[in-house]
Amino acid sequence: MTVTDVNVDELVASFPDKVKKNRKRHIVKKNESAGSCPQIEANTRTVPGIITQRGCCYAGCKGVVVGPIKDMISITHGPIGCAYYSWGTRRNKARADDRTPPEQIYSTMCFSTDMQESDIVFGGEKKLAKMIDEVVEIFHPRAINVCSTCPIGLIGDDLGAVAKAAEEKHGIPVIPYNCEGYKGVSQSAGHHIANNQIMEHIIGTGTEELDGKYIVNLLGEYNIGGDGWVIEQLLEEIGYKVNSILTGDSAYVNIRNLHKVHLNLVQCHRSINYIAEMMETKYGTPWLKINFIGIEATIESLRDIAQCFGDEELIARTELVIERELAAVTPELERYRKICRGKTAFSFVGGSRSHHYQYLLRDLGMEVVVAGYEFAHRDDYEGREVIPTIKSDADTKNIPELHLEPDPEMYREPNLHLNMSKEKYDELVASGRLGYYKGMYPDMIDGGIMIDDANHYETEELIEIFKPDLIFTGIKDKYVSHKMGVPSKQMHSYDYSGPYTCFRGAVTFARDIANALSTPAWKMITPPWEQSETKRT
Amino acid sequence: MLDCTPKEPVPSDAHTIGKINPVKTCQPVGAMYAALGIHGCLPHSHGSQGCCSYHRMALSRHFHEPAMASTSSFTEGASVFGGAANLKTAIKNVFAIYHPDIIAIHTTCLSETIGDDLPTIIKQAEIPEGRYVIHANTPSYHGSHITGFSNMCRGIVSYLAESDGNPKKERANIFPGFVNPGDMREVRRIVTEMGVPSIMYPDTTNVMDSPLLNKYEMYPGGGAKIEDIKDSGNSKMTLSLGAWSSDEAAATLQDKCNVPGVPLKIPIGVKATDDLVMAVKEGFGVEVPESLEIERGQVIDTLIDTHFQYEGKKVAVFGDPDIVIPLTEFLITMGMIPKYVITGTPGNKFEKIINQMLEEAGIEGSKVRAEGDLFELHQWIKEESVDLLIGNTHGKYIARAEDIPLVRVGFPIFDRAVQPLMPITGYRGCLRLIEMISNTLLERRDRDCKDEDYELIL
Ligand code: SF4
Ligand code: SF4
Repeated sequence: MTVTDVNVDELVASFPDKVKKNRKRHIVKKNESAGSCPQIEANTRTVPGIITQRGCCYAGCKGVVVGPIKDMISITHGPIGCAYYSWGTRRNKARADDRTPPEQIYSTMCFSTDMQESDIVFGGEKKLAKMIDEVVEIFHPRAINVCSTCPIGLIGDDLGAVAKAAEEKHGIPVIPYNCEGYKGVSQSAGHHIANNQIMEHIIGTGTEELDGKYIVNLLGEYNIGGDGWVIEQLLEEIGYKVNSILTGDSAYVNIRNLHKVHLNLVQCHRSINYIAEMMETKYGTPWLKINFIGIEATIESLRDIAQCFGDEELIARTELVIERELAAVTPELERYRKICRGKTAFSFVGGSRSHHYQYLLRDLGMEVVVAGYEFAHRDDYEGREVIPTIKSDADTKNIPELHLEPDPEMYREPNLHLNMSKEKYDELVASGRLGYYKGMYPDMIDGGIMIDDANHYETEELIEIFKPDLIFTGIKDKYVSHKMGVPSKQMHSYDYSGPYTCFRGAVTFARDIANALSTPAWKMITPPWEQSETKRT
Repeated sequence: MLDCTPKEPVPSDAHTIGKINPVKTCQPVGAMYAALGIHGCLPHSHGSQGCCSYHRMALSRHFHEPAMASTSSFTEGASVFGGAANLKTAIKNVFAIYHPDIIAIHTTCLSETIGDDLPTIIKQAEIPEGRYVIHANTPSYHGSHITGFSNMCRGIVSYLAESDGNPKKERANIFPGFVNPGDMREVRRIVTEMGVPSIMYPDTTNVMDSPLLNKYEMYPGGGAKIEDIKDSGNSKMTLSLGAWSSDEAAATLQDKCNVPGVPLKIPIGVKATDDLVMAVKEGFGVEVPESLEIERGQVIDTLIDTHFQYEGKKVAVFGDPDIVIPLTEFLITMGMIPKYVITGTPGNKFEKIINQMLEEAGIEGSKVRAEGDLFELHQWIKEESVDLLIGNTHGKYIARAEDIPLVRVGFPIFDRAVQPLMPITGYRGCLRLIEMISNTLLERRDRDCKDEDYELIL
C-alpha cells in the first residue's frame, strides 16, 4: 500500500465508539497540497485500558530532567519501585571534569525513602528529613533534589517544608519537586515541574564570571550514549564555550551560571522549552532551536549558531570544520547508504526524537512513513505558533506556571547578548530562526501519518498496513516489532550504542541501522522444512 | 566507580533509613510477571501510567520479550475521587480491543492509598461471557516484588481453583516461584521425568521466552491454561517452591480445595533438588528414574573434579530470598564461603535460615541481612573484601568499584541476555552454576596472573 492510500478511519474502525472518537483526533495524515498542519490532539489523557507507551510525571521530572544532574543527590520520596526503575535505565552518561571530581558524582546511585505502610498512615515527612540528614552526613553533596511519587500527594506530606528545614539545617540547597505520577497526562508534566524548580532555585544563583567570547548552554540534551559530549566537542572546536548541557552530564555548579551565557541552544524542545522561554523573559537570553541529529541538520545548526553571532572568523571556522568532518565521514556513510536507501521506517518516541531522527534517516536515503510522540504537545507537531490557541484543561491547569518578570539587575536585551543591533536581531526572529520551533509536520512526507500517543493496537495495525523495514521505538515495543518480523531500534537508549550526534555519530547510527536490517538471522525465520522447494536456495 | 561512597566504611548507624541502591523493587512488577504466566492473560495495572510503564520496561529488559499490560491511566481527578470509573472503562476497553481470556488486575501504591475496593468494582464491571477478571492487592509500601508475585499467585488460586469433590487425581501442582521460564521448564521436566503429570502456574515458559516465528501472537502459546488452573483443585498435592513466592498460594489452595502443599525450596543446588525429587517420590510412590540418577551423579562428579577451583573462596550473595537461600546452600556444598548474604525483601526467617545453614557448615564471621541494600553490602566489602559477587545486574557497580568479579544470577539482569532461557534449577542447573562460577574465577586468575604463572592447563 502506498502512503497516500491509508485511511485513518479504517485504522480506528474496530475501537469502541468513544475510543474511536478520541483516537481519531490524535491521528493526522499529511496532505502537502492542503498547506498548513491540521490540528492534532495531544497532551490529553490516555483512555483507560489502552496499552500506551506513556510514562508518568515522576519519570519526566526525576527520570528525564533532574536525575542526570551528576553532583546532586536525587532522593525519591515514596515506596521503593519508582526510584528503582529510574536507576541507571536511561544511559545519561556523566563523568568527572575540572569542576566536579569523581567523589561528587552520584548519578549511578539510587536513593529512596522506601516508604512503608506506617509512613503512608502517619506521614513520611520525618523519614524524609532523616534520610536527608543521613545522606548529607555520609556523602556531603553540594545540593539535593527531592522528588515525590504518587502516594505522597495523597497523604499530604509537605515536601516544600521538609526541604526548607533541611536547607536551613545543612546549609545546602534542597530542592523539592512535587512530581507525583498522576499529575498531568504523561512525562511532560514532570518536565515542566522540573523546569520550574530549576529555574526558581538554581539558575541565576551563580556569581562567577565565565570565560569565553561566545558562551552557550545546550538545553534539552541528555547525553544518552554520550551524545552531548560529541556536540560539546564540536562546538568548542569551532570556538564556542559550552557552559552547561541541560541536563546530560550537567553539574549543579554549572547550572547556577546558566544565565551567564550569550545564547541558549535547544535540542529537545519538549522537555526544556520552558527554561528557554523563562530565561528569555527573566534574563533576556535568546534561544535557538538546533538539531544535531543528522548530517544536514548538524550543518544547518552550526551555520545558524554562527549567524547568531555574526562573527566572520567564527563563520569561516564553522565551514572549515564542516568540510573536514564531511570528508571524514562521507566514504563510510556511502557504504551504509547502499543498504539503507529506499527503506521505510516508523518512529514512535518521546517528544522530539521522532522529528530529529527523520533528518538522519533522510541522510541515509530512508523515509519515515509514520511518526508519533508519546508525550508531545500540539506545538511539537504543528509549530510554536499554535501555542496561544492551545486550551488548557483540568490536567494541565494543575501544573504551576511561573510568571516571571525581567530581572531588575540581570536582564539585558536579547540583541545585546548577541552583541548585535536590534534590527538584525528582529530580522533573525522574523526569519523563524531565533525563539521558534516549527514542529514535525513540515518535515513529514506527503501522505505520511502523524500519530500522537500511539497504542499497541494501532502500532500493530500500522505495521500490517505499511510493512515498514524498521521501527524506532522504546523497549516496550521493541520486541513486539521483532516478533512481527520487523527490525527495531530503541531510540531512548540506542540499544546501548551511540553517540549518534553530529557527523561521526551519524556513521555509528548508520552502521547500527545497516546491521539491524541485514543481520543474517532475519532470513532464517522459516525453517527449511517449511520452505517450498523453489524457495530454498 | 562509586567514588562518592566514603573510602572508609561508614559506621553502621550512619545509614538507618530508606534504601541506597536497593535489592528489591515494588510489588506490582511481581504481580505482572505472575499474571503473564496465565495463557491469554493481560495484566492490568490499576494506577497511573508510570507504574505500568516502568514494570513493563523492567520485565522487557530482563527477558528481552514483550511484556504486555494495560493501565487505568489515573489522572489527578481519579486520584481524588477514586479509580472505579477508570477501572470499569479500562475493563470494557481491554476486552473490546485486546480480547484477552482473562484480565489480572493488580493495584499500585496510588490505588491502595486511595483505598479502591477492587472486588466491588469488578462485580460492577461489564465482563463478557466466558471471560475472567481476577485481582490481587499489591501495595508497594509493604514487602517487595516477591510479595507481589506471591499475592498474584494467591489471587489466581482464590479466583480460579476449584475442587469437584471427587478423589484427587494422581497429579502434582507446581508453584514454581519467581524464577525464569528456563527454570520453570526444568522443574517441570524433572517432575515429568518421574512419570508424574503436573499443572504448573504461573508458567511463563513460551511467554517470556517465546520463539520468533512467522506470526506475531499478542498472547503467545505458553502459559497455564485457565481450565488447568481450575482443575488444580483436584490435584493430589502442590509442590510449593519458595516460601516467599509460593507458600501463601499453596496454603490458600489447601484451605480452599484441600490440596496439601509441600513447602520446598526452589530447587537450586543438589540438596534442594534432592528435596524436590524426594517429595515427588514419596508423594506419588514413584521410583526415581535412572536418567535423573545419572544427572545427579554428573553433578557430584563435576564437584569432585573441580572443587579446587572455587573451594574456600569468599562470596557475597544478594537477591531474592527464595533464590538466595538455596543458592547459599549450594555454595556451601561447593565448599565456598558465603561471607555476606543479603536480600532486600523483608522477613526475619531469611536471616534465621541462612545463619543456621552457616552454623551447620561451621562457617563463622559471615554477615546476613534481610531488608538490606547494596550500599550496606558495599560497606561490608570495604571492611573485608570477597572473591566473588553473585547477584543481579545492580551489583556491577560494586564489582567495578572493588574489582571483584560478578556472576549474574536472579532478577533483574538488564545487561546480559539468554539467561532467562537457561536454568539454574535442577541438577542441570547445578552444572550451569558450577560452570559460571568456576569460569569466572579462572578468567580472573588468567587475567591477573604474572606471565610465568599463566598456564595452559587448569
Ligand atoms: S508508585 Fe508504587 S507501584 Fe508505582 S512504581 Fe512506585 S512503588 Fe511501584
Ligand atoms: S528527546 Fe525525547 S526522550 Fe529525550 S527528553 Fe526529549 S522528549 Fe524525552
